[in-house]
Amino acid sequence: MYLGRVTGCVWSTAKDSRMDGKRLLIVQPLTPELKSTGKPLVCGDSTGAGAGELVYWVRGKEASFPFPDDPPPFDTTIVGIVDTVHLKRPSGAAPRERPTQPTAKGDRLSHRKSK
Amino acid sequence: MILARVVGTVVATRKDPRLEGKKLLILKPVSPEGKDEAGYVVSVDTVGAGVRERVISVSGSSARMADGCKDVPVDNAIIGIVDEVAMD
Repeated sequence: MYLGRVTGCVWSTAKDSRMDGKRLLIVQPLTPELKSTGKPLVCGDSTGAGAGELVYWVRGKEASFPFPDDPPPFDTTIVGIVDTVHLKRPSGAAPRERPTQPTAKGDRLSHRKSK
Repeated sequence: MILARVVGTVVATRKDPRLEGKKLLILKPVSPEGKDEAGYVVSVDTVGAGVRERVISVSGSSARMADGCKDVPVDNAIIGIVDEVAMD
């Protein structure tokens, strides 16, 4: 599973009948530090994610698993909406840039460092 | 899935018998803004796409789930024709 940001959506009329009623969103893949990486792709949506939302998505055969009744031919599907990302810095590594996602309890990384 | 533009067709006579009757198209991946990206891919058409149309293509084992591609040796299939792409 990978992190991504919803950046757009796709309309399609002529499509596989099993895709009827399913949303197709454009997702920009992200690193754990929430920096853009790689090309944007089209994902099916099983969560109701919206524009600008941080999500996680799966690639491969598993992408059709969220729709067990009538599996559509998806190879990438959004399966979750991310609340927060928590990164633990490896010991001795250079300080990482903080994720841009605000966290409720402030700077947890610097808290760990002070221990 | 990726967005791509149909740029050509492929004709093959000697092929796996399970591919008979399938239309093969050459796709050029495009960005959501419509700019061409690197590379090409040969894809099986399941929706009746034509040259210059923007399509959604699926790769890997999911391509075999496309209409009429069950147990067919394909790893890339066109599963939709794009009407519109909206960026937020």
